[in-house]
Amino acid sequence: MKTSRNFIYGSLLLMPAAVLLWVFTYQPIVATLYHSVFSTPRGRRPSVFKGLEHYERMISDPVFWQALTNNLIYAAVTIPVSMGLALAMALFVNARIRGQGLVRMAYFTPTVLPMVAVANIWLFFYAPGYGPVDQLLDLVGLGQNNLLGSPSTALPALIVITIWKEAGFFMIFYLAALQQISPTLIEAARLEGASPLQTFRRITLPLIMPTTLFVMVNALIGAFRLVDHVIALTKGGPDNATTLLLFYLYEVGFQYWDTGYAAALTVFLLVVLALIALVQFGYLDRKVHYR
Amino acid sequence: MTKENASPLTTFGAAILAILWVSPLLYAFWAAFHAPEHASSFDLTAPLTLDNFRQVLVAAPFPRYFLNTFLLVSLILGCQLVICTMAAYAFVCFPFRGSNWIFILVLVQLMIMPEILLVENYRTLAALGLRDTILGMGLPYLASAFGIFLFRQTFKSIPKELEEAARLEGANALQILLRVFVPLAKPTYVAYGLVTVSYHWNNFLWPLVVTNSVETRPITVGLQVFATVEQGIDWSRVTAATLISVAPLLIAFLIFQRQFVQSFMRAGIK
Repeated sequence: MKTSRNFIYGSLLLMPAAVLLWVFTYQPIVATLYHSVFSTPRGRRPSVFKGLEHYERMISDPVFWQALTNNLIYAAVTIPVSMGLALAMALFVNARIRGQGLVRMAYFTPTVLPMVAVANIWLFFYAPGYGPVDQLLDLVGLGQNNLLGSPSTALPALIVITIWKEAGFFMIFYLAALQQISPTLIEAARLEGASPLQTFRRITLPLIMPTTLFVMVNALIGAFRLVDHVIALTKGGPDNATTLLLFYLYEVGFQYWDTGYAAALTVFLLVVLALIALVQFGYLDRKVHYR
Repeated sequence: MTKENASPLTTFGAAILAILWVSPLLYAFWAAFHAPEHASSFDLTAPLTLDNFRQVLVAAPFPRYFLNTFLLVSLILGCQLVICTMAAYAFVCFPFRGSNWIFILVLVQLMIMPEILLVENYRTLAALGLRDTILGMGLPYLASAFGIFLFRQTFKSIPKELEEAARLEGANALQILLRVFVPLAKPTYVAYGLVTVSYHWNNFLWPLVVTNSVETRPITVGLQVFATVEQGIDWSRVTAATLISVAPLLIAFLIFQRQFVQSFMRAGIK
């Protein structure tokens, strides 16, 4: 009796969420796979089965490889730097310093702003000639740069913005983790004669490992999910130097309206995210849960 | 144990980093409150002005954009709270064969957010005739795996005895949910609310794709449209527009700073 009652109540309660998740998460995943093997319908030409043609095109598409490389560089720099800064911020805020509240607010404020607004603030910052960054560079004789306009500096410029915005967000998680470490552990280490550096390496660092994993996975997803600043600042240019995968997908899907190829690119992104999930659940979860 | 005071070096490092971190914002304030010719120089005697703000408000319908964002965020928050509460309640109190598998399926959305699937979701919206509507902009987000996960964790931590006691007093399933679970989960609701409001207030890519008119554009897209038109003409105005668009959230954050930080912490630990 109880099981059937549970089934009726349970499924009724789950219904709205299930329908929405089906329509906007699972159905599109299936549809993406399906559309990725068909041509894009154009005008009166209906879409026809193309097999793996879109995928072959992807492999021989230099812009795709450029986007992938950019995205990997972008992730490889933003993630460790912003996580390192986040940990430093958390240690600063967790230490007893004067003006603790103000300092925490300073670190966290960029996080609550929309990326588009952040991008527009930095657009002014990077302005050639009179923008503050270029004025500073001018002081050391490196002025007059179009930082967002030259291929060698555009991606680093975006990376700096991302770090500025994300570090304070990750700080929160480290702060929560640090506050859960029992003070007696730290005290015991000190009584044993451990230096602050040793205490940090032997006690703090291992205990915040689960947080580090959590933050890392979030940062990885973020590196493939957030392209607002690319749209606002560079549109992928100059010369595709700042094209990230999701931006390229957006461009192919909504500027060129090539939905077939966009589907293949989506599949690639889904594979990337699935790999991140597998690494998280399979391998890392076992290693970090050290307690 | 009392924590000892931090060393001067720590304080110094913390302060330097803090100054570095707020300087872009302070600079944006400087530019927005000065005439364009003073925007990029640090002349403290330069006259302050509100002209930039005035011109921006004349040039673009920011109040309308705010209204759109407000409607969008309210729609999403309201629906998410109801839908995710129902789902979490089902997972905790009415488990049936296979409901654990359904929960694992739900978690997929934690990894694959609607942004990634924007081409297909756009197709779906077009089929439903909901392009360029606020409802369409919100639909993919109304069921949130994160919300379901968070509420489920909270409901699970509520003692079974309370539920039993309510049932003995003759409360039905809906009454138990509304009188026992929801009130006890209030801190989680506040935390989730703040996180989701700031997420959707700031969301950009999906609204950019879906909207195409002043009547639906949220503030982020409106700001971008304004900045694209103005770019390179007048930095002070672009910066003023940026400040206008972040003002409500920024003010709310500065007032409720502690709650914000704690909410993000609470949502993150789970």
